[in-house]
Amino acid sequence: MKENLLNKVWNLHKVAELDSGTDQLFIGLHLIHEVTSPQAFAMIRERNLPVLFPERTFATVDHIVPTDDQSRPFKDELAEKMMEALEKNTREYGIRFFDLTTEHQGIVHIVGPELGLTQPGMTIACGDSHTSTHGAFGAIAFGIGTSQIRDILASQTMSIQKPKVRKIEMTGKLPDHVYAKDIILKIIHDLGVNGGLGYAYEYGGDAAAKLSMEERMTICNMSIEGGARVGYFNPDQKTFDYLKGRKFAPEGAAFDNAVSFWKSIASDVDAEYEDTYHLDISHLKPMVTWGINPGQSCSIDETLPLLKSLPEEERETAVKAYSHMGFNEGDPILGKKIQTAFIGSCTNGRISDLRIAAAIVKGKTISSTVRGLVVPGSKSVARQAEAEGLDRIFTEAGFSWRKAGCSMCLAMNADKLRGNEISASSSNRNFIGRQGSPTGRTLLMSPAMVAAAALKGYVTEITL
Amino acid sequence: MKLLKKSIITGTGIPVRGNDIDTDRIIPARFMKVVTFDGLGAYAFYDARFDEKGNPTDHPFNNPVYKNAEILIVNKNFGCGSSREHAPQSLARWGIKGIIGESFAEIFAGNCTAMGIPAVTTDEKSTAELMDLVTNNPDLALTINIEIPEIRIGDKTFPCTIPPSKQAALLNGTWDSTEILLKNKEQILKTAARLPYMGGFSS
Repeated sequence: MKENLLNKVWNLHKVAELDSGTDQLFIGLHLIHEVTSPQAFAMIRERNLPVLFPERTFATVDHIVPTDDQSRPFKDELAEKMMEALEKNTREYGIRFFDLTTEHQGIVHIVGPELGLTQPGMTIACGDSHTSTHGAFGAIAFGIGTSQIRDILASQTMSIQKPKVRKIEMTGKLPDHVYAKDIILKIIHDLGVNGGLGYAYEYGGDAAAKLSMEERMTICNMSIEGGARVGYFNPDQKTFDYLKGRKFAPEGAAFDNAVSFWKSIASDVDAEYEDTYHLDISHLKPMVTWGINPGQSCSIDETLPLLKSLPEEERETAVKAYSHMGFNEGDPILGKKIQTAFIGSCTNGRISDLRIAAAIVKGKTISSTVRGLVVPGSKSVARQAEAEGLDRIFTEAGFSWRKAGCSMCLAMNADKLRGNEISASSSNRNFIGRQGSPTGRTLLMSPAMVAAAALKGYVTEITL
Repeated sequence: MKLLKKSIITGTGIPVRGNDIDTDRIIPARFMKVVTFDGLGAYAFYDARFDEKGNPTDHPFNNPVYKNAEILIVNKNFGCGSSREHAPQSLARWGIKGIIGESFAEIFAGNCTAMGIPAVTTDEKSTAELMDLVTNNPDLALTINIEIPEIRIGDKTFPCTIPPSKQAALLNGTWDSTEILLKNKEQILKTAARLPYMGGFSS
């Protein structure tokens, strides 16, 4: 007893302690995409190594896919080359690939859960830092580099240090127009972008239990922005209900067995943690970033911090942020003009996000000075949204309705900011240059806030 | 095995100042449309090195005095953000063999170890002093001794830390992990066999 989920899952998957003192951890689910995997395949090929468990690796394509014309060959020759590499690698090593010809393609962190590949009690790794998303199911999921992809392909294991666990205890009831995105932006604001170094965040408390699976995914997704490589919720009835009937979820008696296992790996009620952080979400307000990292944010009714009010070690980055953003200390965040509105990404590109944004823009028109993009996180999200008529609500409001992919979250495709445009974005990173223009500027916020800003052409409160 | 053991790294230094320098800064995503890491050195810190018109800035990676530098000195939370190994790969291909900093983001530090690049941490004061020493005398050789661990520059030494696991991996030459992991193949299969989901929850 007294064990938290991370310890239980870790011990179950621990293969050995290595001479270096790190653990050799078995990876139950390995997800790959076109950007970080080609070099890993080259490495195992060079060493003449087979893929040990090809059935435990799944591939999709998301970062470089165009979100308008997806016909092959892609117009971008480099993107085409990456696509061909993944096709060749998955074919040669017998790895299942949800490519553009299948109905399941999409952003890797959206596809895993919706197919039921992501399950409680698993270890999940992917060459992408937002792999923490899958922790919403009570999996231990984290991003890795290319050399570690090589290791997992070759051995289904990797060398990794066990993190400490911080409990994020959430209480209270989320006010209207405040969302999971605001919760995680607030946590990163309070604990800092490096506050989670060496930690896994366990999200718990009464408020956590009330969050939907999609809300939990948004929160886990951005754990890494607070420095925590892993973020997770304990699995509960909502988790089991979500998984039931999904393509790769167990069926019948196996599902019942699975639920028993899933329950067994949840943190014990008296589980121990390194430390605990309390957050009462009852008084949260919509959050918006004003700077160049996801911790530089304020609530919508606040003004941008005065440099002298910031801890000394944060001032230099704040100065850099104000200079890049063209903002001044003391400016209100309300009223900041935007030129682009982006709704999508592995953080907020799910059906619930699109429903919320659609409800705000329904029957209205976005500002003539704003370019609006809505990019469903997967083909399945797109199909559902189209069945509900959300695509038409968006296009009638003046948004462009795109095909599934990472799009403008990191702009490895044709969707990019132009010049020093300011983007209201439902994605996860506001780093300089992140959205494709070295001088581009990003304001992170919830999809609802992006929708509201698109209508007005500036950061504004949500009205229905 | 090849010469994998690393205990001492020597070279001249290059300071890149600032906290929270993310991997999008180290290598912008548009340069990752590649299927090999070759050639990434040219794009290290690209958007910090060139302005919108393509003119070089005063970034240290443009400064000829640091042209042959091999040890990068940075501040806090270096390498945060994206997990892209392209970031340390671009630094390595530019010529960096070791990194000294106040702190490193976890995935970045893991990628460095997997590539055999030591990333050692020093306190704020030592980092500032090291940066100043290198700025004032770019030809001064720095030595990172991973075993002690300590940093030497001229007649000065600074204590530094490196997580024991990463230290051991570098000293024993076990940072290239694939072979080491595969030695435990029997335990890997045994672990797989005890995981209920591997058997489809059949019992």
